[in-house]
Amino acid sequence: MAQTLSGNAPVPALVLDRITCTFPARGNARDMYTAVRAASLTVQDGEFVSLVGPTGCGKSTLLNVAAGLLAPTQGEVQVFGERLSGLNRVAGYLFQADALFPWRTALDNVTAGLEFRGVARTQAQQRAMEWLKRVGLGAHASKYPHELSGGMRKRVALAQTWILGPRMLLMDEPFSALDVQTRQLMENELLGLWSQDRRCVLFVTHDLEEAIALSDRVVVLSAGPGSRPIEAFRVDLPRPRDVQEIALHPHFVELHAAIWRALKQEVLKAHERVDA
Amino acid sequence: MSASTPEPDAGTPPVARVRAMWPWHLLLLAIVLGAWHALTSTEVLPPFFFGEPLQVGRRILDWLVTGKIFPHLGVTMLETLLAFVIGTGLGLAAGLWLGLSPLAARLLDPYITAVNSMPRVILAPIFAVWFGLGIWSKVLLGVTLVFFIVFFSVYHGVREVSPVVLANARMLGASRRQLLRHVYLPSATAWVFASLHASVGMAFVGAVVGEYLGSARGVGYLILQAEGVFDVNTVFAGVIVLTLAALVLDRLVSVVERRLLTWRPVAAEAASQS
Repeated sequence: MAQTLSGNAPVPALVLDRITCTFPARGNARDMYTAVRAASLTVQDGEFVSLVGPTGCGKSTLLNVAAGLLAPTQGEVQVFGERLSGLNRVAGYLFQADALFPWRTALDNVTAGLEFRGVARTQAQQRAMEWLKRVGLGAHASKYPHELSGGMRKRVALAQTWILGPRMLLMDEPFSALDVQTRQLMENELLGLWSQDRRCVLFVTHDLEEAIALSDRVVVLSAGPGSRPIEAFRVDLPRPRDVQEIALHPHFVELHAAIWRALKQEVLKAHERVDA
Repeated sequence: MSASTPEPDAGTPPVARVRAMWPWHLLLLAIVLGAWHALTSTEVLPPFFFGEPLQVGRRILDWLVTGKIFPHLGVTMLETLLAFVIGTGLGLAAGLWLGLSPLAARLLDPYITAVNSMPRVILAPIFAVWFGLGIWSKVLLGVTLVFFIVFFSVYHGVREVSPVVLANARMLGASRRQLLRHVYLPSATAWVFASLHASVGMAFVGAVVGEYLGSARGVGYLILQAEGVFDVNTVFAGVIVLTLAALVLDRLVSVVERRLLTWRPVAAEAASQS
């Protein structure tokens, strides 16, 4: 992994330094469960990094630590060179589950963050409308989340997060609940949005193709408990990319095979532990 | 939920089937009233105890024509409304407070359980002593009934606010107060509405029972007076007026509910259950 801090290197956007997270185990409060142990990870500004790993390997835990939603038991988080305590204010978070406010219309969902920051209502609505149009939902502004399809809800969530212009994006399997076609559309849209201003992204997924197609770097986590990054792969595929086309690139296939070799061991380990 | 997915060639559409029910509803009512009339007029059932539907009808008509019923009905409705508004407000506030501060919840838990399991109608005499025979003793009785319905639904609701929505609001920069206003309160309102039918009904029960136990006005008072002189027909007339009023209230609640909860995925829920 590229962990060197050479003298003239720019300050990394995100540093997870030997993070350990321990929880009371489910069912028995006296047992402790260590989701991640001594996990270190660095994301440079403008870099798109994916975390892949077997289910239950603490990918989401690491993401929540980076967001400041979860305080690590040990270790330290640095955001643009400063130690993180409390919420990560420069990060936008895209959740796996539906996180929209069900009692707000699509438009009012997008304005929420601006409202929390005290932006005047009319101005917030104007900007939100621009964002809704940008994600192709201009005609659905007054609909409530339950009236929108899964893909549309993800678009609203994208706009809701992106309108605040976060310097860092944290994404927790945001497209895993979508069907394959919608998912590829969304991935391309994400790449389109991202390429406009190249924020740094930490993207959690269990889908290797998605990880390779989107990222600059794919980090493989070991199986839990006590998981940590074990290997990182640089994805030097050309940009701009189209997720369907890039999957046919010969180098994509090589990378996929290489990463899968590393991942497979961990997936098998995870299965053994579940079966035991 | 096969009724919600009509097929084009499936015979009678479900909507038409629902619409065709009301003559049968009326027929059932007519049969019950007819049987009542037949049994009391042939004195199989003594009319002195069971009343006579025609007399009951005449009494209601008399009330409506002379307008004698309206001040009483008005008082009962006013008590119901006040009990509902005050009880809901207090229940919402207490539910939010205890839902958000686990320490207070743990401290008060046994007392809440105790007060909730107590038959609170028993408090009516105490309220009558404290607040006299005017409307406030009835309002307070209604409040104690409504409060707990709303309180419990909000209290449990607050603990079940989607953690993802909560985390999202925090990541979008909501402060503690903004979380309360933009996440907890809107979801709590939904739970208030979920208990709306029950709480309006309870406010009504509080008002009428309060009147019945001691008052100078109200439909409950009319029933009490009639009972005192063994005028069973007037008692039945009062009961029917109250029932109709309750039906109207329930309908109003449904209308308000539909207006205010447009964001709720009613159809989606129904579809996922099928």
